Amino acid sequence: MLSIGQYVRAQSLEEAYTLCQKKSSVVLGGILWLKMQNRTVGTAIDLCDLGLEGIEETEEEFRIGAMTSLRALETHPGLNAYTGGAMARCLGSIVGVQFRNLATIGGSLYGRFGFSDPLTLLMALGAKVELYHRGVLELEEFAALPFERDILVRVILPKTTKGAVYRSQRNTATDFPVLTFAAARRPEGLVCALGARPGKARLFRDEEGILAGGITPESAETFGRWLADQAALGHDLRAGEEYRRRICRVLARRGLLELAKEE
Amino acid sequence: MEISLTLNGKTVKAQIAPDTLLLDFLRQQGCLSVKRGCETANCGLCTVFLDEHPVLSCGVLAARAAGHQVRTLEGLQSEAEEFVGFIADQGAEQCGFCNPGFVMNTIALLRENPDPTDDEIRAFLSGNLCRCSGYEGQLRGIRAYLDWKKKGGADRGE
Repeated sequence: MLSIGQYVRAQSLEEAYTLCQKKSSVVLGGILWLKMQNRTVGTAIDLCDLGLEGIEETEEEFRIGAMTSLRALETHPGLNAYTGGAMARCLGSIVGVQFRNLATIGGSLYGRFGFSDPLTLLMALGAKVELYHRGVLELEEFAALPFERDILVRVILPKTTKGAVYRSQRNTATDFPVLTFAAARRPEGLVCALGARPGKARLFRDEEGILAGGITPESAETFGRWLADQAALGHDLRAGEEYRRRICRVLARRGLLELAKEE
Repeated sequence: MEISLTLNGKTVKAQIAPDTLLLDFLRQQGCLSVKRGCETANCGLCTVFLDEHPVLSCGVLAARAAGHQVRTLEGLQSEAEEFVGFIADQGAEQCGFCNPGFVMNTIALLRENPDPTDDEIRAFLSGNLCRCSGYEGQLRGIRAYLDWKKKGGADRGE
């Protein structure tokens, strides 16, 4: 059961940052995961008055406020046009519309949850996060950092990729994923991310040049096998390590062939 | 702490604890259509509208809802009554416990997409769990309602 001593709607990022330095304080996202915990919170800091909700699109990038709901991302025409529908596909299996209207992108990324679908896709897309204290850094770098008391202000998604895909495997619709896979064509080459390993998402690049000659059914199969061998996969209540390894091959192959079709 | 919000069109002020969930607050206000189901934000039974968006009231602090518009099924009777008969005709409600959440989310679906396909209905309502029916009854009911509307809505065809 979640117990909260004090609820504060921060009126500035500085106020939120100062308040969240106390160990007993928590910055609220959608609270959907937080409320599942048996936890006593001294001060619950709500960012809802700070105008961090919304998606701005410019020629160069998308700027997504931390309090933007997953549903807003899922239904955003610009984001879906840019990702070829991968954004909607990534988010559409998360519980239900009512849940996704509450869950925030800031909460999903700040927790760096292993089960996070958007962490996987945004990492493959080369997204950056803007933290109030630390500044702007690559999502890949942020995901590897230890937990710090900072405020995630927004997600910055540069328009540098050409084509993206997202695939996940779930034991049942709307459940947590057993494995997530995303791939994107970046200027430096194809990059893919694997999440729900069950650990948090990690990026992989085509280090062996398996796809250098293009994506074909054979090269996609080979890359999937290589990825499954490279990735640190594990066991949890939803799936075993070997199952994840087999699923990894399939998701990667199917995802890459879908990406090839988009060319 | 004191909060003020608009509940079904009326201003409500109340003293609450900071960790009060909107679900509990609404039931205290007499909105008993808002059901406590899983309490893990998975089943959809506690669906309400927050600023006209469907949300799970078990996943919202009442404090966060302060200053906003909240609607429950009690405030949407006229919008709901047109199609709930079609749900009943299919025997889709059975025990009935999930019905308010289903009705709320169906209203949200039809506001956003007045002519959904069966797949769009399934996708939108995937966050509403029913342990009696297997969902086909609800789908048939909504489809029958939509077909009835397309034909002008005059004859229920019973």
